[in-house]
Amino acid sequence: MLAYLTKRMFHTILAIWIVITITFIFMHAIPGGPFQREKAIPATIKANIEARYKLDQPLYLQYVDYLGNVVRGDLGPSFKYRGQTVNGIIAERFPVSFQLGLLTFTIAIVVGIGAGIIASIYQGRLPDYLTMFFSTIGISVPSFILGTLLMYFLSFRWGLLPAAMWGTPKHMIMPAIALAGLPTAFIARLTRSSMLDVLNQDYMRTALAKGLPRWQIIWIHAVKNAIIPVITYAGPLLAYVLTGSFIVENIFAIPGLGKHFVTSIYNRDYTVILGLTIFYSIILIVLNMLVDLAYTLVDPRIKLIGKEE
Amino acid sequence: MKLKKLTVLLLVFFSAALLFSGCGTDSETGETDDTTPGEEMVLTYNVGTEPETMDPHLSTGLPEATIMLQIYEGLTRLNENSLPDLALAESVEISEDDLVYTFQLRDGLVWSNGEPLTAEDFELSWKRSLDPELAADYAYMLYYIGGAEAYNSGEGTADDVMVEALDDKTLQVTLEAPTPFFLSLCAFKTYYPLYQPAIEADAEGWHLSADTIIGNGPFKMVSWAQGKMEFVPNENYYDADAVILDRLFFTMIENESTELTMFETGEIDVTHTVPGPEIPRLQETGELYIFPEFGTYYYIFQVEKPPLDDINVRKALTLAIDREAIVTNITQGGQLPAYAFVPSGIPEVDGMDFRANGGDYFAYDPEMAQQLLAEAGYPGGEGFPTVEILYNTSEMHKLIAEAIQEMWKQNLGIENVTLTNQEWGVYLNTRDEGDFMIARAGWIGDYLDPFTFLDMWVTDGGNNNSRFSNADYDRLLTEVRMVDDEVQRMEMMHQLEDIFMEEMPICPIYYYTLPMMIKDYVKGYMKAAVSGIDFKTAYIEK
Repeated sequence: MLAYLTKRMFHTILAIWIVITITFIFMHAIPGGPFQREKAIPATIKANIEARYKLDQPLYLQYVDYLGNVVRGDLGPSFKYRGQTVNGIIAERFPVSFQLGLLTFTIAIVVGIGAGIIASIYQGRLPDYLTMFFSTIGISVPSFILGTLLMYFLSFRWGLLPAAMWGTPKHMIMPAIALAGLPTAFIARLTRSSMLDVLNQDYMRTALAKGLPRWQIIWIHAVKNAIIPVITYAGPLLAYVLTGSFIVENIFAIPGLGKHFVTSIYNRDYTVILGLTIFYSIILIVLNMLVDLAYTLVDPRIKLIGKEE
Repeated sequence: MKLKKLTVLLLVFFSAALLFSGCGTDSETGETDDTTPGEEMVLTYNVGTEPETMDPHLSTGLPEATIMLQIYEGLTRLNENSLPDLALAESVEISEDDLVYTFQLRDGLVWSNGEPLTAEDFELSWKRSLDPELAADYAYMLYYIGGAEAYNSGEGTADDVMVEALDDKTLQVTLEAPTPFFLSLCAFKTYYPLYQPAIEADAEGWHLSADTIIGNGPFKMVSWAQGKMEFVPNENYYDADAVILDRLFFTMIENESTELTMFETGEIDVTHTVPGPEIPRLQETGELYIFPEFGTYYYIFQVEKPPLDDINVRKALTLAIDREAIVTNITQGGQLPAYAFVPSGIPEVDGMDFRANGGDYFAYDPEMAQQLLAEAGYPGGEGFPTVEILYNTSEMHKLIAEAIQEMWKQNLGIENVTLTNQEWGVYLNTRDEGDFMIARAGWIGDYLDPFTFLDMWVTDGGNNNSRFSNADYDRLLTEVRMVDDEVQRMEMMHQLEDIFMEEMPICPIYYYTLPMMIKDYVKGYMKAAVSGIDFKTAYIEK
């Protein structure tokens, strides 16, 4: 186990170094820079700014400097939000995205798996058709439409919830539903088809013949086997929802991290682009690792390290 | 058994997550909502974005300026005609040659924390603005002061900057050249005094938290979290009696439709803008206000690129655009068609507006345009080479460009006009490099003077993307800086605009406006053309 983790750690560092390098190259390849404005700044002032942020140095030096800072855990200052650091931006905004993401994830998992199981048990009957009908809607309606519709009805027409902003649990409901729409629908379909596969296996018939109660067959024997594809999907999903969504944050005026993933590129805010890319990579890699660990818990046949011949 | 392990793992994970998320919710509003509702006079304005920085010397945008206007004040403050009224300064004495300004500060000025505010605070703050190490974008707004540019460019020292606190209440400033709008500049955020101890304590981050932002304006910031700022009246403000509101909130909602929904549900009282397509519907509510904005939307001709090097081609293209149609059918935000470059709003000595005195330079005239195009050698558009319109990616810019493309086709017979859009940063780069033929652009004046629209067209100027160059124009620009007679100065400004519009290196399209929704119970606010909404004297009357 320890050897496995060490190896994974080494892979993680390597992957992040590659991510940094590629991002660094692409980022500097796009025309424009962080201090280019429609109102041009006098050359001497631009020189002052570039000197302050060390942008006047050759790129390879900037690259080496940056790597050094990353190793020390310093993601640098933002060029656009002057006075703020990338670490500061993440520390301030990630908790917001994290709360919303976790709620979204919980909805998607609970409702998605639940609906998928029900649909598979009642295959070809009304609950199945209803689940598949709603999941088709969930997959095809984008989050911003769902969000706008929710806002129109729940807040504008019926005045039940605040339209936007952040701070109380009430503020979380609409954005979480808007974000959860697609993954819930996807998980429901995934669970259903996976369940149907399992339910048609011979050992299910054996269990039934043995006289086990139906709930036990489904919960203990079927779901556990059917859940593997959902776990595979859950890792990247969690990484995605935890780091915030640009569109949903924009619609609901949520001060989360998602906005910066997009605007930093428009702003050529180099340090923010790199910092967020690293941050996202780490979360994704860690969650994928947890997914691998979760496999072994659910299915003992899966081993983390292949037997050495 | 194994499943239990998974459940435990998940439980641990979720409870850790809840613990983590708990930190975020503790600090929010709490105190604000449950204090005597109904009694308080509370106003909520949506400033439209997160401020890029709350350091007045580093910030460049209008949203930031609007926030700072509530919590800071300079030697002067702009009134609703965008003219400077004395603010922290009680009086000002200007020398015969218009170069030396001696300001007397009011008695007993203090910061929002009660500490005394002195002339030295101004001296130190202005020098900080100019410090090359601070690297402020808008440092050039202080270049009018003697020795300022040299210090900022690393050629002089802070001691050479000719601003000096003679005593606690007297500030003396010596200018490079007569600057008739210097008192307006004194109201600008780069000229705000800043509380030095806060900066000394944390030079980088002092402006990131409501606790360390010490101001001197009508309001003080009490909290800033989760996309919302809260202000209360600053009891230490010298004119505190004029402030009526009990509480002021600024929200940072960027999405215009969300903003409008929240206005309609009553969650905000004043919006920062209005989605264009909604304007016709909102006009009937009586809560839509369209303020003039001190700016012009225009097309730049890259005058080095044929056929745009031909003045007749530039004129023909300019005259063949039906601006009335563009503002009524496309932009729909009350914009005014532009037939000159400098927008309205600048009062001259005779009380007339600069624009009214200058008049229009051309009109929509397809026949004249055809004639000019024929003179240029392209009768009926025949043989006209392909020209490209460049704009930054946006639906509105695209619609306007398409309309103009169609007008040139209809009115001039020019068939081959292509449209190209680029992402903002790429587009700015292309403009700077002159690698375009026609590009859309916009310019918002920094201060209420024609100069802010005219000096950018100096030969090789950083904003002169048209690459226009005219010796007479350059000479006049240098001369006008030295003139201190306001009548003569304005006359020269008109001459400058005459030369510029005669050469037509740009094609004005419309003057910007700022549409906003304001609840009818909001009174007493002030909106000057070159700054944001001032809530100093705002109140609510339901």
